[in-house]
Amino acid sequence: MQRKTPLMIHIVPGKCDYCGCCVGVCPEDAIELMESRISIIDERCTNCCKCVWACPWEVIQFHREGVEQLATIQPMYLNEQEQ
Amino acid sequence: MKEQYDIIVVGAGPAGSTTARFAAAGGASVLMLEKDRDVGYPVRCGEAVSHEGVVQFIQPDPKWIAATVTRFRLVAPNGKSVVPRLDGAGYVLERRLFDYEIAKLAAYEGAEVVTKAYVYDLLKDDNGKTVGVKALIKDKPAEIRSTIVIGADGVESRVGKWAGIDTTCHIHDMESCAQMTIAGIEMEQDCLEFYFGDATSPSGYLWVFPKGKGTANVGIGINVEEAKKKSAIRYLQEFIDRKFPHAAVLTHIAGGVPCAKTCDTLVKNNVMLVGDAGHQVNPVSGGGIISGMIGGMIAGQIAAEALTMNDLSYLTEYEKRWQKRLGWRHEVFYNIKEAISGFSDETLNNIADSALKLPEEKRTLGGIFRSALWNQPSMLMEVAKVFIS
Repeated sequence: MQRKTPLMIHIVPGKCDYCGCCVGVCPEDAIELMESRISIIDERCTNCCKCVWACPWEVIQFHREGVEQLATIQPMYLNEQEQ
Repeated sequence: MKEQYDIIVVGAGPAGSTTARFAAAGGASVLMLEKDRDVGYPVRCGEAVSHEGVVQFIQPDPKWIAATVTRFRLVAPNGKSVVPRLDGAGYVLERRLFDYEIAKLAAYEGAEVVTKAYVYDLLKDDNGKTVGVKALIKDKPAEIRSTIVIGADGVESRVGKWAGIDTTCHIHDMESCAQMTIAGIEMEQDCLEFYFGDATSPSGYLWVFPKGKGTANVGIGINVEEAKKKSAIRYLQEFIDRKFPHAAVLTHIAGGVPCAKTCDTLVKNNVMLVGDAGHQVNPVSGGGIISGMIGGMIAGQIAAEALTMNDLSYLTEYEKRWQKRLGWRHEVFYNIKEAISGFSDETLNNIADSALKLPEEKRTLGGIFRSALWNQPSMLMEVAKVFIS
């Protein structure tokens, strides 16, 4: 599904436990989880918020105004596309 | 590490290691890749298993057993508790050591293990057939080829999705979990405690499992529909503040458990799924160590046989054998979970009250279950199915 709004999902850097609960409920395969690195794949995310609700630690947040100004980490998936 | 293997197993938890062990024992060349730098760490688990479950795979060893339990206590919302009689013992594991031992069993059979190896995609040929994985091995990109890829990559599984299997867990079935290992408390070391009720753990339960003298795993799992209103960590913190206000917190972890039926598809395009990745979890208890290992054993054996026969269409035999061994039971348990999670606090209190009226020798899980049936007759159909199938 193509998203027309800006990305509104933000993972607070440094607070995540990397447990993967969010990845398990993501219907779009839009979260990449490494040993101690997690990122949202912007072009896949539909802002459905399931990851926000699932996070046991409230580390994933929804920002209606968009998250472009917030620090994010480039997913491996995108690095691969650029190569 | 070679460039080509018969089988690549993604993930070195108990399910992945057991898959690798039985596949290697069946004559396959096996590479197991673990994204973290350690096998067994970080632990994301309440760590309780039954004796009869574990002995199918390894002899119990005090080295990885934190506590041996012979009883469990069910605590109703009103605080009344029932301690059913239990046949057989169980263990609270030290998963960080247990997982190591299970991985060693795979290594003894000849499987190679590489840690800090993050798989980020499947390698496919021009026809779209899976022929290996793309990975970062110690941060360096690598393409490793294999005839079969087995996803044992846990609740956060993506291997199945890349093969076209829908492994997304519905939020109604995903348990959002938090756990703290606390020390400096008074705790019976032979008893698992389960707390139920809307105030402590709506739709799920809260557990207190002994982990050796003065230590316990205190954790909670609630489904995401409930977690949406109030998160798991808040419920857990409230409980600990109330019950163990002076405890030292040794670890503090998050997690997710797919309390769903097994994925409809476990085999596709030379990819197989085992453990949490394929939702091989007991939907009532959320326990997945032994069931994941059973799934891994069957998958490993079938994969090795398929390679020997040079017939990859035989891999689907894994789905059939899993269904026959545990899949059908998990379907029944799922329906029971649906009934139990709808119980009101009042119903749970009534069940505890009627269980306490039972003479002690009849205070078994079955006895309590029968009393639950009186409160929720719709469960009778589900129970009937257990005997009919």
